[in-house]
Amino acid sequence: MEHDHLEQLENQSVYILREAYANFKNLAMLWSIGKDSTVLLWLARKAFFGHVPITLVHIDTSYKIPEMIRYRDHLAMDWHLTMVYGQNKGALERKETFPDGNITRLQCCKNLKTDALKNTLSGEWPRYRLNLETGKYEPDKNKDPYTGVIVGARADEEGSRSKERYFSPRDKNNEWDVGDQPPELWNQFKTDFAPGTHLRIHPLLDWTELNIWEYIQRENIPITDLYFDKGTGKRYRSLGCYPCTTPVDSTSKNVAEIVAELRTGKFANIAERSGRAQDKEDGGLETLRRDGYM
Amino acid sequence: MEPTRNATPFAPTGTPGGIVDGRIRMNIVVVGHVDHGKSTVVGRLLADTGSLPEGKLESVRAFCERNSRPFEYAFLLDALKDEQAQGITIDTARTFFKSAKRDYIIIDAPGHIEFLKNMVTGAARAEAAVLVIDAKEGIRENSKRHGYLLSMLGIKQIAVVVNKMDLVGYSKEAFEDIRDEYIAFLARIGATPRFFIPISAFNGENLIVPSDKMPWFKGHNLLSAVDAFEKEPPKANQPFRMPVQDIYKFTSLGDDRRIVSGRVESGSIKAGEQVVFLPSGKKGRIASIEAFHAAPRAEIGAGISIGFTLAEQIYIGRGELMVKTSEVQAEVSRRLRINLFWMGKKPFIPGKTYYLKLGTAKVPCRLEKINYLIDASESGGQTKIAVERHDVADCVIELSKPLAFDPIARLEATGRFVIVDQYEIAGGGIVREALAEYAQTSASEKPSLLSRSSIPAEKRARLMGQKPALIVIAGGPGRDPNTPAKALEARLIELGKRAFYLGLEDAQEADAHTSSESGNSKIESGWEAEAPAALLGRAASLLLDAGLLVVAAAKGLDSEDVKILESLVKPHAVLQLEAPADAEEATGATAGLVAEALRALGKFG
Ligand SMILES: Nc1nc2c(ncn2[C@@H]2O[C@H](COP(=O)(O)OP(=O)(O)O)[C@@H](O)[C@H]2O)c(=O)[nH]1
Repeated sequence: MEHDHLEQLENQSVYILREAYANFKNLAMLWSIGKDSTVLLWLARKAFFGHVPITLVHIDTSYKIPEMIRYRDHLAMDWHLTMVYGQNKGALERKETFPDGNITRLQCCKNLKTDALKNTLSGEWPRYRLNLETGKYEPDKNKDPYTGVIVGARADEEGSRSKERYFSPRDKNNEWDVGDQPPELWNQFKTDFAPGTHLRIHPLLDWTELNIWEYIQRENIPITDLYFDKGTGKRYRSLGCYPCTTPVDSTSKNVAEIVAELRTGKFANIAERSGRAQDKEDGGLETLRRDGYM
Repeated sequence: MEPTRNATPFAPTGTPGGIVDGRIRMNIVVVGHVDHGKSTVVGRLLADTGSLPEGKLESVRAFCERNSRPFEYAFLLDALKDEQAQGITIDTARTFFKSAKRDYIIIDAPGHIEFLKNMVTGAARAEAAVLVIDAKEGIRENSKRHGYLLSMLGIKQIAVVVNKMDLVGYSKEAFEDIRDEYIAFLARIGATPRFFIPISAFNGENLIVPSDKMPWFKGHNLLSAVDAFEKEPPKANQPFRMPVQDIYKFTSLGDDRRIVSGRVESGSIKAGEQVVFLPSGKKGRIASIEAFHAAPRAEIGAGISIGFTLAEQIYIGRGELMVKTSEVQAEVSRRLRINLFWMGKKPFIPGKTYYLKLGTAKVPCRLEKINYLIDASESGGQTKIAVERHDVADCVIELSKPLAFDPIARLEATGRFVIVDQYEIAGGGIVREALAEYAQTSASEKPSLLSRSSIPAEKRARLMGQKPALIVIAGGPGRDPNTPAKALEARLIELGKRAFYLGLEDAQEADAHTSSESGNSKIESGWEAEAPAALLGRAASLLLDAGLLVVAAAKGLDSEDVKILESLVKPHAVLQLEAPADAEEATGATAGLVAEALRALGKFG
């Protein structure tokens, strides 16, 4: 009985992924290597019977914890993924980053994430694609903009579910008009869009942090071990760049222990992203999101 | 993991209800005209059921006092929302209150008319609804409109609360007047609310315990009424329906399965059962149930996203509705009577082409006429030529090609649709019934648009010295039908016959998603265009009526396609021949086929 809820969430997410695949020619899925987008990737394997016919896009800030990149490439080879990454080379070369001490955290996020994402999706900046024969990244010949972008956003991180949609339009500048969202009913989604606009697709909108971990446990999904305590009494609850992410106090050493910990309600009054320092600056997450960050 | 999750009744709407930590959850939506007391009902329910964070109510009351403003429950809800917006918590991000029986998630559904799109989106995910009417103000525009919408959205469990009874002296008559008027009103669309309850939300009368201010009322209080609602009943004993989302054939990694995928909307199915796809009418038998990383199941029930392989090589595409041959069939029609609510900025007008989306089908449609407006604001019966924003109407629409569906009274999931104007979902509605289509000729054109020759077919054949026939040269894998078909056409003309060649794109390619090695060579979904066999059939039909011998080359036609062809070109004959292997080089093989075709034609006359 306890799995009914997960079953229902899974069926809905699979349905959404297949609708996205049927309706968008240039479809990408953002993979941050974190737990949510890895669950999303797993759901894609469910939807497409073990295959992943969608390009996975990773934005490499170069400040990700190195284990994350190793884990990414390992899974990409193992699961035969079409794996692409992009980054803001210019800002990195000019040292326009927070760790270099030149700009604020928020500005750094904008450079290394928001701008890198925008230009990687539009194809204006180079993309690098994993060659599954050699295991090396090569410049990607495909420069077409992605018109459908699947992301792992969840409503419980966001606040009000009524603001978001499974299929949510973004205009040319990646902007989101919160006040004027299209209606969404009976699993009929917005799949028609004007030239120059694109859609964000959110198959995990109805999932909670606990659901994610319960599902990882049920399906035995390989997940990076940065989420586990390795004897220090600390673990990451949300993964970002190492200069701006601090672990939480927790002795959970595996998935089962995380599920048990979340069920106690221990974190019920602590925001999931509370370890992310950039959220605390002026405007924080809200400003980033409006600009197309996720 | 329990291996036998057979035919489990999951709500196909995919709403986050279900069971969490052993507690049953139900999604409810609270609607009504602005200021009739929605926020107060919700806020007071949260407070009285002990579902608020500790100290919250007190701190909001203290805040109001400090600023010398009267306390409002709406402030309490705003304070809760602010907290949610900061992303705190796992579960309380959704407003919920508890009863002894279960947990209720309150779906945010703003009630202002400008937010109709949000109200509809929210309410469509609800399992039950509370509709609030102000006892003093009485029934207002949105009291009616929201009532209609709930009914159209398929929400049958509705409790109507007549609020602010304190303002009418807790009068029995005032309550009964509103109740009777509202019942009469909803009867027009065949809806009946389960409960009518007189309450005073602000004072907590009849909210979670019976009110001693209204001893004349013996019915449920609000909490016991929502507790009396049932979770959605199982859909397993309804007829099986699965809109086809896609046909997958992922050739990479040596996978040669051809998987028909979708989500079961109602009923259930087992391997070995016979199915038919509508509107194409193609038949097949379920060979296997396909899923990734899942315990095998013998039977698949409603709500499950799944895949099937078929025993036969039939070619179908996205948008077809898969049903069982042994059960009541879905209907197929090009003319429908519908009930529609319109949300678009521009009105729904006759003569313009829109898209109708039902299940996974997407079909061009037009408004033929408005029967009447189920008018939300004032007296019904006025005639209008367009459905304006926020109108609810009963109308007739025409589709450019046949659609498979169920009337709403039989099945819900396959009886609901949305209408797309330009790029936006602008309307939603339910199918009441299929209407008679305009009479069809063999070429399925409206007689009013095309008038045909009146020379009898026999006379034409005599004058032209030939009987018309459709000769289909079919190409299997690696067999090119075009070279022999063109050779046959040339030979027939040499012999003084009137022949005409038609080539058809690969029917199989046109309706399957094939992912090649490069991974990106996706073909446009088949529903945009007509089914290849139907296209060929209609084109050939006209040429045959004109007395010609039509030589068609077609790759990837299956036996079901041939049946479609035969039905479309009736009463003309269809001769079917296989293209020889390597016809390209071996002119001998081509010549052989031409000879065979001539022999067959000779026999036929
Ligand atoms: N006298 C009285 N006023 C009420 C009652 N319920 C709500 N109100 C008042 O009616 C006004 C509108 O209520 P609100 O809940 O904000 O309405 P909404 O717009 O439907 O959410 C507020 O001033 C409430 O205090 C009631 O039972 N009795």
